[in-house]
Amino acid sequence: MAEVAYVNASRVFPGSPPVRAVDQLELNVADGEFLVLVGPSGSGKSTALRMLAGLEDVDEGAIEIGGKDVTNVPPKGRDIAMVFQSYALYPHMTVAENMGFALKLRGVPKQQIKDKVAEAAKMLDLTKYLDRKPKALSGGQRQRVAMGRAIVREPSVFLMDEPLSNLDAKLRVETRANIAALQKRLDTTTIYVTHDQVEAMTMGHRVAVLKDGLLQQCDTPRELYERPANAFVAGFMGSPAMNLKTVPLTAEGAQLDGLVVPLPRTVLDSVAAEGLTEVTFGVRPEALHLAGADEDGMELTVELVEELGADAYVYGSVRIGDASERFIVRVDSRTPPAFGQKVKVAVRDNSEIHLFHPESGKRLSA
Amino acid sequence: MTVDAAALRAAGQEAAAGNRGRASRAKRSRLASVGLHGALITASLVAVFPVFWVLVTSFKPDARAVEATPSLFNESSLDNYVDVLSGQRGNFLAWFGNSVLIALLTTVLGVFLSATTGYAVSRFRFPGHRSLLLGFLVMQMFPFAVLIVPLYNILIALGLQGTTFGLVLVYCTTAVPFCTYMLKGYFDTIPVDIDEAGRVDGLSPFGVFWRLVLPLARPGLAVTAFYSFLTAWGEVAFASALLSAADESKTLAVGLQVFSQQNRTEWGHLAAASILVAIPAVLVFYLVQRFLVSGLASGGVKG
Repeated sequence: MAEVAYVNASRVFPGSPPVRAVDQLELNVADGEFLVLVGPSGSGKSTALRMLAGLEDVDEGAIEIGGKDVTNVPPKGRDIAMVFQSYALYPHMTVAENMGFALKLRGVPKQQIKDKVAEAAKMLDLTKYLDRKPKALSGGQRQRVAMGRAIVREPSVFLMDEPLSNLDAKLRVETRANIAALQKRLDTTTIYVTHDQVEAMTMGHRVAVLKDGLLQQCDTPRELYERPANAFVAGFMGSPAMNLKTVPLTAEGAQLDGLVVPLPRTVLDSVAAEGLTEVTFGVRPEALHLAGADEDGMELTVELVEELGADAYVYGSVRIGDASERFIVRVDSRTPPAFGQKVKVAVRDNSEIHLFHPESGKRLSA
Repeated sequence: MTVDAAALRAAGQEAAAGNRGRASRAKRSRLASVGLHGALITASLVAVFPVFWVLVTSFKPDARAVEATPSLFNESSLDNYVDVLSGQRGNFLAWFGNSVLIALLTTVLGVFLSATTGYAVSRFRFPGHRSLLLGFLVMQMFPFAVLIVPLYNILIALGLQGTTFGLVLVYCTTAVPFCTYMLKGYFDTIPVDIDEAGRVDGLSPFGVFWRLVLPLARPGLAVTAFYSFLTAWGEVAFASALLSAADESKTLAVGLQVFSQQNRTEWGHLAAASILVAIPAVLVFYLVQRFLVSGLASGGVKG
């Protein structure tokens, strides 16, 4: 078990111009922590993980595991175990051999390997399959073998590169919970890469959001959700995504169609100081509600209703200035509005709005 | 999952029904069937007949080997084999030993060189990577005849002219480029993820090659081994030009020329020797073909 640190670590792929896949990453992971690296494809999250594994060079900065600089240490000297997206099992070995391979290389006595493999197999419900080759396993079983191979080694850090992306939706949710529980039980530092923000929110103690190789924000899931540091994080975390619109400002607040959302004095002052006439206004679907006839609200023309059982999401357009903007509103699934209907929508609580700089995207509200 | 007998029976019946369905769909008309089998049988006979006739001839005395009206059995005996094996006609056993030694050395050295080279060009990017591959490709374009003199000069410079090892090196120059290409193609089909998993598990780069990639490349290695063996086993031009003229240092392919001289050809002895020459090649193929299975590397990675 060990803490992990990226110290201004960069990975630059040669080319013209060179691509900074990971750019000056500064990140500390505590001992026993479950950290999720999340971002869209091409954000550098997998590259960052591979740098930690030693499979990718570190062009600038350093990487530390357990307080020791491992920047130039080959993978086998780092005491890590990795679960690959493709699982990367050894096709010519049985499940038991796959799981015990790392221990065999380390020269652990045969009986001890057997015991450890049996123990891990029991934990992962693989005991029946120990003598099979990977070819004869289902996708979910292969995934568990890949996990088992990592567990058996008892490494100081687990690295997982989108381990669930090849599973079907139901199994993914199940395995997600299993991995989180397993990590809690083993209490091993874990770095987990995913593009799925739901996985990030549900599994991580902390979540680091990456975009274009740059760290956007690293915080607990709740903080990320409630206080995103910029418009990108706000739009990336949460499903369906936050409504993010550029709206004009008035003396009282943000001007939406038929609705002025009052803004805190401090925000208005700072906006005025910068001479901005517009802001990026963000509100999550669940922070909007259908307003009664006598309330103020923006007029929304319903274009689509998604009923999910517990909730329903209404997609509709609202006129802001000259343009028509699409908004998503969460409503009670028992009484959803009909297609084409015009409804009034208001913000549930003014503290649930997010404001960002229209150009830099930085968070404005306190 | 629990499976009861009724479910099993039902599944069995379904499978049987499925088979019947397939059979009826794949059914050919009688005429098409006859035509297809006729064509295949003819092609097989055309392929097998020369070998068969050599076998028949090998049992006949030289005088009876070529006749105006050939017969299957005409004073057939094992005399030719006895003559050839006992060394009465040519130094067969010495040639055989030379050939086996040279072919095996070529196989071992050729496969070793092309596997390591193939792995390097498949996995690593290094200066000269492209020109190396291009060089291997171009090298295969020269006819053997053009290569004999320059290779002979190189062997003289190395002091290896007329030696077994010199000839092995020469065979490797033709076998290695082809085998490298072949193995590179095979290694390319093995996912790099498996290499990386091995490195994380504690293997050195050579360990990855030796313990993961080579076992998974067995079919490719089998083909290249067989190719290298054949390159050396049946070759005449290099062997007659580069080995010393002494009778006991010849290979089989060169030695067989003893039976066909300017004025007369000992067909019976030649055929018997040919049959004996073919046996090791068949044996090597038999040993190697059980590795020629597809899908060895499947299942390791998803999709």
